Amino acid sequence: MTATASLADRVVAGEQAAIARLLTRIERRSPGVDEVISALVRRAGRAHVVGVTGPPGGGKSTLVSALAAQYRRAGRTVGIIAVDPSSVLSGGAILGDRIRMSALAGDAGVFIRSIATRGAPGGLPRAALDAVTTLDAAGKDVVVLETVGVGQAEVDVITAAQTVAVVSVPGMGDAVQASKAGLLEVADVHVVNKSDRDGAARTVAELTDMLRLAPPAPGQWQVPVVSTVAATGEGVGDLIERFDGHRAWLADSGEGQRRARRTTAARIRWIAEQLVADRLRAGHPDFDRAVDEVTERGGDPVAAARRLVQRGLGAGAEDAAAGSDPPDSDPAGSDPEGSARR
Amino acid sequence: MSAPGADTEPIRVMLAKIGLDGHDRGVRVVARALRDAGMEVIYSGLHRSPEQVVESAVQEDVDVLGVSLLSGAHLPIFSRIFEVVAQLPEPPRFAIVAGGVMPDEDCEALRRMGVAEVLGQDTTPEVIVATVRGLAREASARL
Ligand SMILES: Nc1nc2c(ncn2[C@@H]2O[C@H](COP(=O)(O)OP(=O)(O)O)[C@@H](O)[C@H]2O)c(=O)[nH]1
Ligand SMILES: [Mg+2]
Repeated sequence: MTATASLADRVVAGEQAAIARLLTRIERRSPGVDEVISALVRRAGRAHVVGVTGPPGGGKSTLVSALAAQYRRAGRTVGIIAVDPSSVLSGGAILGDRIRMSALAGDAGVFIRSIATRGAPGGLPRAALDAVTTLDAAGKDVVVLETVGVGQAEVDVITAAQTVAVVSVPGMGDAVQASKAGLLEVADVHVVNKSDRDGAARTVAELTDMLRLAPPAPGQWQVPVVSTVAATGEGVGDLIERFDGHRAWLADSGEGQRRARRTTAARIRWIAEQLVADRLRAGHPDFDRAVDEVTERGGDPVAAARRLVQRGLGAGAEDAAAGSDPPDSDPAGSDPEGSARR
Repeated sequence: MSAPGADTEPIRVMLAKIGLDGHDRGVRVVARALRDAGMEVIYSGLHRSPEQVVESAVQEDVDVLGVSLLSGAHLPIFSRIFEVVAQLPEPPRFAIVAGGVMPDEDCEALRRMGVAEVLGQDTTPEVIVATVRGLAREASARL
């Protein structure tokens, strides 16, 4: 417990090695990591969390680097989490985002971490959210989450962000645009990067036309289309103004509260799922006993499953009592049978 | 708790090029071999400084930092790396490996500085993978 407290304290103090170590434990889901995150959640919530997503090669890492440099000039500290895909064949990965961010090196106000998409299904969004919480609690004013916009897991990752920028580049065909349909819906800001290239105006026009199909209701956010040349920093100041405008709108409209609530719901659900899943593994004594009982003594599998889940929830409540606020009656946290109510 | 087997955790390796030497074909081949062995490889890009590389390796919390040099300037560069490492608030857990072309007598000097392994240019991918695995196991124990 002291070790836990001290790691959290060191993270809050902004110690690089402590932040790095906690991020490793988050990725590995090491024992005790939930308690550290619980301690940090209460000290987080100040940072503006910006998601940057889009196709590979669109210039996201270059843009993130330019954004961070601009934030730094304005005196704001920056944490960056750059997610790159793991190889499906070997599980390994080559994480190259840092190459584009070398201009930020040597600045203690910037912390960059590369994360691969590996891990258990559903594990990446949770790791990304915990990583965001870590950098937020470490005092970063802005946390930028870069992720490749392909696949559901990547789209889920981006929901950890308050403001989502979707990057396009000139000359992408309609087919590509369509395949990004899932991403276009999550965009709070559209970025047309590589605007130094032919066709940039046309891409801006296409996106603007598409947005016009679903105009915002009064008081709703008007999604802007911003042109940038990440490689030179052109348009990046304008982009930050849009991000800040979106953040102000989130606060004023109440949408920020709704998004925070959605994030909390996901966090509670992930923790609860793991508390239960931990006992549903061969090797856990209660689980093995239940399997024995049903296989060898003709026990009732449904009753055995209920008992396991109830016992898991009981143990979880005790474990969690030390570290987190009592769950309220958030509908997203309840399960279909209501068996979580005790 | 539920750690899905500590030795199934992907090993994290940083591969770095320092100084003027602008050849990264060899490093790219090594990066692919390590990735194909299931490791996560963070590549620094060319022309980094010792300060930048150590800072990156700390932030990425890698198990192994591999520095590849073809420029012949390995002795001053590695001694600078270890100076920077010595100035960190706490000793890092990563092992430092030297790769590239260097004469035998320099290998001895590098080891004395604290380089864990020297892998010459003809080292096979199999040997590189096995070496990194061994060093990463020790680095993980320091986690
Ligand atoms: N012409 C042009 N090239 C760019 C621009 N931004 C990035 N690039 C280049 O696009 C390539 C991919 O950039 P990167 O940031 O790695 O893209 P990511 O895969 O989306 O992170 C690199 O060669 C960059 O130098 C830009 O605004 N204009
Ligand atoms: Mg990238």
